[in-house]
Amino acid sequence: MDTSPNSAPTGVRGKAVRAGDRIFRGLSRGSGLALLLIMAAIAAFLGYRAYLAVSRDSVDFLTSFEWNPQGHPPAFGIGVLAFGTAVSSVIAMLIAVPVSVGIALFITHYAPRRLAGPLAYLIDLLAAVPSVIYGLWGALFLVPYLDGLTRWLDHYLGWTVVFDMSEPGSPARSLFTAGILLAVMILPIITNVSREVFRQVPKSHEEAALALGATRWEVIRTAVLPFGRSGIVSASMLGLGRALGETMAVATVLSPGFAFSWRLLDPGSGTFAQNIAAKFNEADDFGRDALIASGLVLFAITLLVNGAARLIIARRKEYSGAAA
Amino acid sequence: MLQPSTRLRTLALGALAVSSALALTACGSDSNAGDPAGGGSQSTGKITCGGKGKLLASGSTAQKNAMDAWVKNYQAACKGTQINYKDIGSGGGIQEWLQGTTAFAGSDSALKPEERSRSKKVCKSGQGVDLPMVGGPIAVSYHLSGVEHLVLDAPTLAKVFDGKITKWNDPAIKKLNPKAKLPAKTIQAFHRSDESGTTENLGKYLSAAAGGAWKHPQGKSWPAKGGQSASGSAGIAQQVKQTDGAIGYFELSYAKANSLDTVAIDTGAKKPAQATTQNASRAIADAEVAGAGKDLALKLNYKTNSPGAYPLVLVTYEIACDKGNKPSTLKATKSFLNYAASKGGQSTLAELGYAPLPDGIAAKVRKTVPTLS
Amino acid sequence: MSRTDTTAPAQRSSRGGTADAGERPVGAAHRRGATDVRLAKRRLPRWSSPLVAAGSAALGCGAGAAAGWHNPVQWALLSALLFVAATYVLTAAVEGRRQAGDRVAASLVWVCFLAAVVPLVSLAWTTVRNGSGLISGYFLTHSMGGITNIQPGGGIYHALLGTLEQVGLATALAAPVGLLTGVYLVEYGGGRFAAAVTFFVDVMTGVPSIVAGLFVLSFWNLGLGFGPSGFAGSMALALLMMPVVVRSTEEMLKLVPHELREASLALGVPKWRTIARVVLPTAAGGITTGVMLAVARITGETAPVMLLVFGNPLINPDPFAGAQESLPLYVWNQYKLGNDASVDRAWAGALTLIAFVMLLNLLARAVARWKSPRGTGR
Repeated sequence: MDTSPNSAPTGVRGKAVRAGDRIFRGLSRGSGLALLLIMAAIAAFLGYRAYLAVSRDSVDFLTSFEWNPQGHPPAFGIGVLAFGTAVSSVIAMLIAVPVSVGIALFITHYAPRRLAGPLAYLIDLLAAVPSVIYGLWGALFLVPYLDGLTRWLDHYLGWTVVFDMSEPGSPARSLFTAGILLAVMILPIITNVSREVFRQVPKSHEEAALALGATRWEVIRTAVLPFGRSGIVSASMLGLGRALGETMAVATVLSPGFAFSWRLLDPGSGTFAQNIAAKFNEADDFGRDALIASGLVLFAITLLVNGAARLIIARRKEYSGAAA
Repeated sequence: MLQPSTRLRTLALGALAVSSALALTACGSDSNAGDPAGGGSQSTGKITCGGKGKLLASGSTAQKNAMDAWVKNYQAACKGTQINYKDIGSGGGIQEWLQGTTAFAGSDSALKPEERSRSKKVCKSGQGVDLPMVGGPIAVSYHLSGVEHLVLDAPTLAKVFDGKITKWNDPAIKKLNPKAKLPAKTIQAFHRSDESGTTENLGKYLSAAAGGAWKHPQGKSWPAKGGQSASGSAGIAQQVKQTDGAIGYFELSYAKANSLDTVAIDTGAKKPAQATTQNASRAIADAEVAGAGKDLALKLNYKTNSPGAYPLVLVTYEIACDKGNKPSTLKATKSFLNYAASKGGQSTLAELGYAPLPDGIAAKVRKTVPTLS
Repeated sequence: MSRTDTTAPAQRSSRGGTADAGERPVGAAHRRGATDVRLAKRRLPRWSSPLVAAGSAALGCGAGAAAGWHNPVQWALLSALLFVAATYVLTAAVEGRRQAGDRVAASLVWVCFLAAVVPLVSLAWTTVRNGSGLISGYFLTHSMGGITNIQPGGGIYHALLGTLEQVGLATALAAPVGLLTGVYLVEYGGGRFAAAVTFFVDVMTGVPSIVAGLFVLSFWNLGLGFGPSGFAGSMALALLMMPVVVRSTEEMLKLVPHELREASLALGVPKWRTIARVVLPTAAGGITTGVMLAVARITGETAPVMLLVFGNPLINPDPFAGAQESLPLYVWNQYKLGNDASVDRAWAGALTLIAFVMLLNLLARAVARWKSPRGTGR
């Protein structure tokens, strides 16, 4: 790490130097302090308000399936929201991670050299597309398009409860569609990070595998993927973090509803972020505190995911050793 | 370290960026009068402007199209006042008004007692009053290919929205529409996901007229299970437009804007009543003022079966303080509400799909608005 | 990396076995009918792959049509399945199981690529096609004043101005704090305080955008009673931007070689001047890129802005007082209105937003390439 000395050097100019150093150090330290204080203030304020709400909740906050903070007595719980967030994120990850790894492998190993550069650039740019535009595309293009697929799934795979539709023919405004849209959204992010990871695989490993007569796929399987495994995991965590907090895209395609159902093709469910966006307008102070409480749960989940990703990266740095 | 030439270049770039940013702030215009695609306003009647400034208001999506027209005419005549109405649903409008964010709220449901007592905090020396400003039929729109005229009555409507009638070719619907070719499709019933005065009016109508088929409590939140939801009148209209077999409820102007078929309601009169502004006016003509003092909340007669009256109606109230309005926006609020209640303002409503207030009630509103303080 | 040649000389293929390249099958493992050991293995000709593709496409579409499927996507899926299966069988017969596996893997990777490219290209194409009809000089310089939402017409100037002001204010708030914090963590860091700051920056990276908006709504708009304003939106956006700026500043500063710092200190330059005149200018390109990428990210944030700025159909040039509009909020509101005229405007606004974000990204990358330390003079 940084080995520069922390003490102010005594220069020939004496006091003037120390003052400049003190001011600068004070400024930068002050910024760090400001950031710390801001974050602490946010945590304290939100935590306090969430406590105010949850303490007066008449049902169990973590497991109930209704949202009525304005009722007498107030009753709200995040059961449906947690389920919806988890399911849509899991679907997104199941679709996005393999496909992203495939694209990253394509860019680094399979694509013609002249195509790979522009392609990587393009996917970088696509990662910057704002989520409200994904929402527009999802609602106006994807939902009507998925009608056929959902009907097919219900017809052929309806025996699995998951793909059974209570009313075949209802519009595809379900967790399934939200999951697919989220998958399309997080594809560029996971692809970019995976691509960077695959590019850093030491050439010596790949060339060794080639020298032993491996086919291209075997090179990837034995040299690239094991090396990049933790990178792929951390890329997936990044994508997962984005999918968990996604508000607008989910709000456009998901039909709001508080019914809990394992039938993922049925319209109607909610996620944490979408619920906040839908309900903040008509919430009085207490209702807003209830929303803050649900937001804090989302925050905690995102923190866990980010923390896990960081742990994985840190562990990998210890092991990798191959500074190519 | 930057060499002098690159420093100069960087400075030049920075200056260019700043000056173009400044130029950008000066080159836009609020006036769309010359827009060939739309724009232009038709100011009807004389508008007395009062109070310059910016006014925030929010609430009912049902009256959004009427509000748009009023705001357009008012701002064309009174250039110093800006009115910013956001349609977030009646519940949201009341909340924002109770928080002090907005000058008045638009709501299809009058203030509830607890909302009225909360309003005493935001109206420091008074409380909130409901001023009816626009009425309209709640169109029940459907999307069913091959069926252009549909008749339903209150009990059938109740069962459809309650999930008890699930297919379009149900015998109850067939009985009311003997000549229609009803397919065996599933009915996709849409309701409001947000707190809506339109929902409350529909609930009141079904409770009064469905003869026991609708037993749910009244309120701005949708009380029944099942069905699918969308946010805002525009949201339901959009879903009905896109989904074959869908049925939903929203103010008539949305059905007109999206060219959707509407249901005619069989009230027991000789012919089923279509959802039109005249028929809605006939139904609203029976309304009585139920509020006390300056509060002009109305009690509507949902059971009317007079010929041609369309009973599923709503009236939108503008909710303001009787005393203790914010001084900075009081004059503009009164001037705008005066215009909306005036003959000129009410006359713009019919072509949009809204019903003007009955004369007696309009007169009461015109007398009450100047007394706000 | 060059294409891996699937032919490795001096390798014997054995039927039904996945012999490792280093293993010499003793005795058996002659291919049936082969009487000699060849140095070069049999390979499928180069034109076999496109041929198999064409054949399976034809077969797939034919079978799909015969089975009564009308959806071209189903035909494509069937063709893809047939292609993969045919490739495997053919390659296994001619070249061996390992090569067959390799080809199947290659096909799968190509399929992944195409499968992912389709929705992303569809998104870009839909936006361009639906939005470009309405974009004009008029659209970009007028607001929605005097236009009811059912009417066509109007423009996005008020939304553009609002977004520029909100994003500008957010950058003015977040960039200095983030930059100096990054400097602190890298140049002066190491103690418990720095560890705490790093921890809190990590925590801040995880704040969902809607929670940041909810915080400013509860605290600033309603708690302190300031009401909606563009500035409230900027505060939430700054909250989202700060940790990103800190992290990218840290990364860039760590890349500056120690030799530069030590040389400067050895010449008697005080530490603060070293940082300000040597380290920061060296990292300036990367830091600028990082800040611009962060700006591009918050430009598209709808959720916090939706809670905080109220929206306004007219131009409000003052971000500190009164409701303002924002471009992503405009797109969202117009989409929600649902009628044809407003959806057209939503697409046009979306196209403008994408163009703006893309432009920022391209600029950021150009700056990175322009200012990248080319040769550190070692």
